[in-house]
Amino acid sequence: TGKLPNSKTGDGKPRLMLMGQRRSGKSSISSVVFHKLPPSETLYLETTTKIKKEAMHSFMDFQVWDFPGHLDYTGPEFDPENLFDEIGALIWVIDAQDEYLEAIHRLNRMIIYLQSSYPAINIEVFVHKVDGLSDDYRGDTFRDIIQRVQDELSDNNYENPPVSFYQTSIYDHSIFEAFSKVIQKLIPQLPTLEALLNSLCSNSRIEKAYLFDVLSKIYIATDTSPTDIGSYAICSDYIDVVIDVSEIYGWDRFMQIGSTTAGEVGLEETGNQDADSVITMDRKAHNYLYLKEINKYANPSTILNVLTVCSLRYLALICLMGEDSPAGRKPLIDHNVSVFQDALKQVFPR
Amino acid sequence: MASQYPKRLKQRKVLLMGKSGAGKSSMRSIVFSNYVATDVRRLGATIDVEHSNIKFMGNLTLNLWDCGGQDGFVENYLTHQREHVFGSVAIMIFVFDIESPEFQADVINYSNIIHALQEWSPTAKVFCLIHKMDLVQNQLRGRLFDERSQVIRDHSEVFGKTIEFFATSIWDQSLYRAWTQIIYHLIPNASEIERMLQNLAELIDARELVLYERTTCLVVAKVTRGLEKQNPFKDRFERLSSILKNHKQSMAKHTGVPAGSANFAELQIKTGRFMFFITQLTENTNLAVDLPPSEQMFNSARINIQLVRHKFEELDVGVKRLLPQPQS
Ligand SMILES: Nc1nc2c(ncn2[C@@H]2O[C@H](COP(=O)(O)OP(=O)(O)OP(=O)(O)O)[C@@H](O)[C@H]2O)c(=O)[nH]1
Ligand SMILES: Nc1nc2c(ncn2[C@@H]2O[C@H](COP(=O)(O)OP(=O)(O)O)[C@@H](O)[C@H]2O)c(=O)[nH]1
Ligand SMILES: [Mg+2]
Repeated sequence: TGKLPNSKTGDGKPRLMLMGQRRSGKSSISSVVFHKLPPSETLYLETTTKIKKEAMHSFMDFQVWDFPGHLDYTGPEFDPENLFDEIGALIWVIDAQDEYLEAIHRLNRMIIYLQSSYPAINIEVFVHKVDGLSDDYRGDTFRDIIQRVQDELSDNNYENPPVSFYQTSIYDHSIFEAFSKVIQKLIPQLPTLEALLNSLCSNSRIEKAYLFDVLSKIYIATDTSPTDIGSYAICSDYIDVVIDVSEIYGWDRFMQIGSTTAGEVGLEETGNQDADSVITMDRKAHNYLYLKEINKYANPSTILNVLTVCSLRYLALICLMGEDSPAGRKPLIDHNVSVFQDALKQVFPR
Repeated sequence: MASQYPKRLKQRKVLLMGKSGAGKSSMRSIVFSNYVATDVRRLGATIDVEHSNIKFMGNLTLNLWDCGGQDGFVENYLTHQREHVFGSVAIMIFVFDIESPEFQADVINYSNIIHALQEWSPTAKVFCLIHKMDLVQNQLRGRLFDERSQVIRDHSEVFGKTIEFFATSIWDQSLYRAWTQIIYHLIPNASEIERMLQNLAELIDARELVLYERTTCLVVAKVTRGLEKQNPFKDRFERLSSILKNHKQSMAKHTGVPAGSANFAELQIKTGRFMFFITQLTENTNLAVDLPPSEQMFNSARINIQLVRHKFEELDVGVKRLLPQPQS
């Protein structure tokens, strides 16, 4: 599914473009996902009046463009060369708690425009703010929106357009899960990553394995066994535990004068060594969760500064273990993971 | 060996009071019943008094009285039930809502309650929580807190000398900071536990040990050694409580077991800067261990903790036999 950068003028960084009606939640989404704004604080965001472009430096560099809701991007006042020139995705946000007919109509104009001029752009529709809807109503609304989009497009002779739909909310993990899927489509190496994860799972009796971008909590790949939102949530929460504890106890002791007199002489601390972690459960003492940081880049100036440790770029492998993974098997898993890590280095050479 | 510790049955009565809507039941549900902050919207007003018995360390049962704050109930506590409510109280926690439009009236109400407490439990300890601090702008918090505390202290009669104040919110770890202090005050053999932890820390050469209660994740005792005393994160104990509590909720959701029993046997984190693990120490406690980054120390620490575990159990044991099963 991945596409290679084809830019003429751009800088080769995939672009995620957030569009949709006013107050549909675009700025909230980008603040929560990329700036860790607590969801309740999005109430105070001001309406967006001009395109806000941000560069994200994560496991891969990409750009997020947040658009004001009221403008028509298919019109001549925008230079389309610039806008859709870069490979990437258009994320169209629809407020599921509001009237959505106008939004669908505008979305369809956009789809038709992109299909004829820029077929390489992925079109992703977020049916957003679903936290406010009851379970039944949520499903009905979702289906209704999909149906209306498809009907209107087929009236215009576009059958089966390549459009994906997601139910999202900033108050739970669904927005992260949706972003993960959007971004995965932009990673050319995805099939290779999935194959590697599949073989890791079968060799180590792992139920589900995710490769996470630690900073954004977006997962860039998982094995191809069925996914449910619950597994994503527990892994994402687990990253928080490891990061928080690492912040508390990973402070830089070398910065303190006289650290060598503290009775720990001879223990070399290497700030950039990959962390690993495991949780064993009460019952039958089987392994439950496993985490390994990988592919972490530290340059010398940041190693010494505690505050930037967490802003280094790295991925983490997180595995949900099956019931039959006794605690004693960790060395075997460690070994298989290091094999996986070597393979990964070939996929993402730096 | 067991006989050298006091084995008295400790049932400590704790009153939770304050105006209706102040946030008493919310904080109780979060600290003791595994609610998350967003769950408290489901709570209705408390009718009369809600009792809960919470088994804490082995020989400590917390007998918490959540006293509904509507005027009619308070009137009743102060008159017909005066002795029943205010008799043999170990701790009273009084909650003030920072957003309350009528602070003066709240203070008068407080003052009436203080008089009843002074009459029936003059040796009780009073903790005062200035609550819902999240609703106040950051820059204003400190000043507002100081002003309110001063007024309240002036109305605290005999308790004015020992009363302690905390700014709290259910949305951050400030709640854990306050409750850790409250619980610490109740643990009868805290110094005993601390002495044993100190010995253990020296034995395994740990940088830091943190003993916390399994259900509430509140810190019971801790020991910090050497360079770790310079750890810049002074709030790390309440942060740890809050991290572990969140993790418990998340595991409970995933495994489908009630949050009360979603316990891991062990959590390990190894990095180039430190090694860390959490393991169960006694029936009601977990121990978090912070070590230098050495596999060898890590392995020997785990073994040594296995070996000394029974000594800590003894702090619990004998008591278990004496203790009537607390109804829940
Ligand atoms: N913003 C904010 N709201 C809070 C906080 N704590 C509690 N609340 C809210 O305050 C309201 C009242 O909370 P309760 O815990 O039911 O109040 P109570 O003191 O038990 O009231 P009574 O049982 O009638 O005495 C609820 O809507 C809570 O969501 C807080 O820290 N911040
Ligand atoms: N209930 C709910 N409200 C949301 C969600 N996402 C955003 N909102 C609210 O929707 C309003 C508009 O969001 P904003 O991002 O400013 O919209 P924009 O005009 O498209 O940039 C804000 O009050 C947000 O708090 C969500 O997932 N659920
Ligand atoms: Mg109540």
